[in-house]
Amino acid sequence: MIARLRAPGLHRGILATPLGIALAYAIVLPIRAASGYHPVLDGTAILQVAMITSPFAFLIGLGAFDYWFYWAIGRPTRPEDHSSHGARSWKDYFRVNTDHKVIGVQYVVHSFLYFMIGGLFAMLMRVQLAQPGGKFVDANTYNGLFSVHATILIFLFVIPVFAGLANFVLPLMIGAPDMAFPRLNALSFWLLPIAGLMLLASFFAPGGSFASGWTAYAPLSTTAPIGQVFFTIGVQFAGASSIATALNFLVTIITMRAPGMSFFRMPLLVWANFSTSLLVVIATPFIAASQFFVLLDRALGFNFFSAGHGGDVLMYQHVFWFYSHPAVYIMMLPGFGIISEVIAVKARKPIFGYRMMAFSLLAIVVLGFTVWAHHMFTSGMPAWIRDPMMITTAIIAVPTGVKIFSWLATLWRGVLHMDTAMLWAMGFITMFTLGGISGVMLAMVPFDLHVSKTYFIVAHIHYVLFGGSVFTIFAGVYYWFPKMTGRMYDERLGRWHFWTTLVFFNITFAPMHLIGIQGMPRRVADYSTQFATWNLIISLASFALGLSTLIFVYNMVVSWRGGPRAVANPWRGMTLEWQVSSPPPIFNFDSLPTIVGGPYEYGVPGAVHAVFRDGAEVPAPAAGSLAMATRE
Amino acid sequence: MEPTRESQSTPHRPPVDRPTLLRLLAVAAVAAGIGIVIGFLIPWFPPAAATQAHTIDTLYYVLIVATVPIFVLVTTVVLFSAWRWRMRRGEERLDGPPIHGNSQLEVIWTAVPSALIAALVVYAAIVLHDIGVKQPGEIAIGVTGQQFEWTFSYPKYDDAQGKPIVAYALYLPINRPVVFEIHSVDVIHTFYVPAFRLQEDAVPGITTSFRATPDRLGSYPIICNQLCGYGHSTMRATLHIVTAAAFSTWLAEHGYSPSTQTAAVQTGGAATRQTAAVSDWTRYAPLTGAQTASKEGTQ
Repeated sequence: MIARLRAPGLHRGILATPLGIALAYAIVLPIRAASGYHPVLDGTAILQVAMITSPFAFLIGLGAFDYWFYWAIGRPTRPEDHSSHGARSWKDYFRVNTDHKVIGVQYVVHSFLYFMIGGLFAMLMRVQLAQPGGKFVDANTYNGLFSVHATILIFLFVIPVFAGLANFVLPLMIGAPDMAFPRLNALSFWLLPIAGLMLLASFFAPGGSFASGWTAYAPLSTTAPIGQVFFTIGVQFAGASSIATALNFLVTIITMRAPGMSFFRMPLLVWANFSTSLLVVIATPFIAASQFFVLLDRALGFNFFSAGHGGDVLMYQHVFWFYSHPAVYIMMLPGFGIISEVIAVKARKPIFGYRMMAFSLLAIVVLGFTVWAHHMFTSGMPAWIRDPMMITTAIIAVPTGVKIFSWLATLWRGVLHMDTAMLWAMGFITMFTLGGISGVMLAMVPFDLHVSKTYFIVAHIHYVLFGGSVFTIFAGVYYWFPKMTGRMYDERLGRWHFWTTLVFFNITFAPMHLIGIQGMPRRVADYSTQFATWNLIISLASFALGLSTLIFVYNMVVSWRGGPRAVANPWRGMTLEWQVSSPPPIFNFDSLPTIVGGPYEYGVPGAVHAVFRDGAEVPAPAAGSLAMATRE
Repeated sequence: MEPTRESQSTPHRPPVDRPTLLRLLAVAAVAAGIGIVIGFLIPWFPPAAATQAHTIDTLYYVLIVATVPIFVLVTTVVLFSAWRWRMRRGEERLDGPPIHGNSQLEVIWTAVPSALIAALVVYAAIVLHDIGVKQPGEIAIGVTGQQFEWTFSYPKYDDAQGKPIVAYALYLPINRPVVFEIHSVDVIHTFYVPAFRLQEDAVPGITTSFRATPDRLGSYPIICNQLCGYGHSTMRATLHIVTAAAFSTWLAEHGYSPSTQTAAVQTGGAATRQTAAVSDWTRYAPLTGAQTASKEGTQ
């Protein structure tokens, strides 16, 4: 029994957490006593320290640092015997596992849990807004609902689910046995439940959850009740996870490609995650900084953002958006990668303008850092900044447009397999175009002066993040579901899921453009009666949109448990992940692949992307792309 | 069934012939036309009550004309592809033609959107400049946001004590250019007047501003458009645009005393005040408890 509790794992992690809280008391009480603060025992002070110490205690208990600790103090480290690789039962997904495929599944499932929670919050908001004068929740709870909704969908769903999908398929795609730093990879995942629970726990804080929006503008956030700190610190854990994963991807992509895989033979998903990781590594420290400023303002009275004490209120917004604008590309570029994979395979054609697709990703990375102040056109910043930011914001539409047009040209004359993944991809192209167009409109400063912070913005970000990112996520999940689980999903339910989502997504969000231009502000618990009809329609459609997700959940759960077995390469894809069994073997490749051509040579007679060392694995070169398919 | 197999003697799908392509373009053009008409028919905007609002509305309709065709084009190609290139029975093993790119096409779809965007940016920059130009005869109005109400002050119009008139509703004379000097005493608010199509944040510690020239009589909402706490959705006020005569009456009712104004001018105080008006934001400070009390005491 004792031995079991001392072994690394969830038990030890949960036992260690109170020790972290005790440590917070041990730190705070002597300092307060020595500084002469009364009362010495202050719950707020202890809570803020405990929110930092107890997660680390949990992680140490979990065993996430065991190897490094042994190494640091000179004790013999336990050699990696790969006993923790792979998952034999569902319980293995609740352990620290260093297998990138297990971690990928952990990420994706965990993220979808938060997708459901975030969606539920959205529907609670729509109950409140179904008619003017809604009394479902009070204004403070409502402010908390949309703040937590946005925060968990951004930091606990869209960003990590992309990291999860890439975690699973990216090492396979480049012919690597795992990620470059498997232990760091495991740690990155386990930071996420901490962040998620912290954000949700804020509802139990005195004064309610954090309610200053996901943007947490100072000085509202620096003067808000203690619930705000759950955001301030929770985001640090999500951000640390993000940065560690990005470093891992960068090193993996740069150093672990199979022989022959030059940068211009990499699948575009790899390019997309390379670009995204560059963004994350450079930008994410800025949101960490912005929240440390807030924490120091709140906890220790640094007055970074108090106007009367030499603080600079606008500085918060600059630092925050210097991350949070690149963050919208962090939430979109991996989706671009997924769409390129899906469209090439399902249209049976090479990606049109492969190099331009790669370069446009890099162009977006560079330009993405030059547009942040377009979120601040009405913030009171010096007026001259508006013009350059308008120009750069408009320019960024060009590489994005290149991608859209290249996908269209890839569809042209293809043989379109219009199954679920392809439907999501084609739905994405149209919906994201709408989001891009409203983005160009918003870049035009005089128009933004009218619709900034109205429902037009809400419509725009949901066309970009739902019609954009979430559609690509669904495309990716359906596309790689056979590879990840070894099972096929129900195609008919998949189509139902797509069509119901597409219809109700549009009924929910399209009218928001209109009521926004008519002057309905966002983030309000009540509104003028002139918007009543549209809001009722939006609320009803949003409930249907929520229900459509249940089709997806049912399909995934039932198919994973008892769907038909998947063959190795059900879509006849050329990229490497389809050349191994479904699910892949524990170390991915039984023999090392050598890359001999591009990843999308569909329709090229005799073209092969990779050959395997042992002779039997070399595909027959006769029948074009079918060569790879014969390995099924 | 058999004919399909026959046609596969050519290994790939044939290119689209010219008539089909022209028909496709025609359909896209008609759809774009319909889209633009719908874009013009939808009653997008609330009433416009400032000269700036008309300029911004025009910009929006130009954006509709410029962007609807792009969406229609993309959607048309997606739908056409789904219809024309869908895999049919017997084509399970067919691949598309191995087209890797077309430099000419790629240059076109980089250059044309760039040109379109450049034109829009230039136009928007001109509009942005125009709506911010200072007009002759401009009056400054102080706007102060605090959780959760707006206060408006009229530094040009002092009461008998030499203090600016203060009000909780915004009265403006029609056709008289105003510049709003916006402040906050606590957190960030946004002074948003949908009828003007303009807004600017009220930021603690600094003065922000925008210009408007009211040109339509009536009452319009003033909205706080930046989340400022639990009372945010109730932080509203009303803008009344009135005739010059009605504005004078309103000023008089609120204690405007032209004699002190004149006296100030005679003693040279006006010059000091005018320079102070923009920089010294304490002049716009909202009613504190003491001021309110003294104001009520005088009545």
